[in-house]
Amino acid sequence: MQLNITEHDDIVKISVAEERMDAHNSGDLKEQMLQLFDDGKCNLIIDLSQVRFIDSSGLGALVSGFKNASARDGNLKLCCLQPQVQSMFELTRLHRVFEIFTNHDEALESF
Amino acid sequence: MSKRVEVDITIPNQTKYLGMIGRIGESMAYSLKSYNGNRRELAYHLNLVLTEALANVINHANNCDPDKEIKISISASDKDLIIKVFDQGEGFDIEALAKLKASTGDEGGRGIQIIYKLMDQVRYFRQDNENILEMTKYPQ
Repeated sequence: MQLNITEHDDIVKISVAEERMDAHNSGDLKEQMLQLFDDGKCNLIIDLSQVRFIDSSGLGALVSGFKNASARDGNLKLCCLQPQVQSMFELTRLHRVFEIFTNHDEALESF
Repeated sequence: MSKRVEVDITIPNQTKYLGMIGRIGESMAYSLKSYNGNRRELAYHLNLVLTEALANVINHANNCDPDKEIKISISASDKDLIIKVFDQGEGFDIEALAKLKASTGDEGGRGIQIIYKLMDQVRYFRQDNENILEMTKYPQ
């Protein structure tokens, strides 16, 4: 999975540069987030602007990151969801768990 | 009367083929001619249920063995669109799984619930020494 990482003070933004986030590649995101947590970086923004398709494994990877960030007094927030991806969060009611922002500036300012 | 369009596919038991099969499912959404709902949404949903069903077989029924294979059948007519995914595993109680509500904090356990939410009829049964997950969508 192609992931682009940028840091803004103590906040790390991970941009998922893939059209699909599924059982084939979402483990890569999970591992990347665990590496960041090990490095003490616990405030994450996941930019999903390029993701057109997400399945339950992709959602599971994000839930894993959210739980790990919260357990370390950090947070994981999402931004830039395409409509079909947004609908998946609503279908699974995960939109009640995550803070979801329309752009990454809003997500950054929310920390 | 239009004819039924049917596609039979066999893929290796590997997640790298999920995208390819999902795209075929999206294309088949346009073969359900009498569908009156949002066709782009239907295409996305077929991609999703195929992805969920195949990932389930790859990881559970076939224990991630890359040398095994999975058979898939997708057929569409004016009356319905039927997806069948075959496995040679031990099988499982799909209705019990469907009734389990994944808590919002759970990392897994959403695949089967998603399939039930998006398809009109779901059956999982044993036939000729294999299990068949049959997922049907009717025109709205």
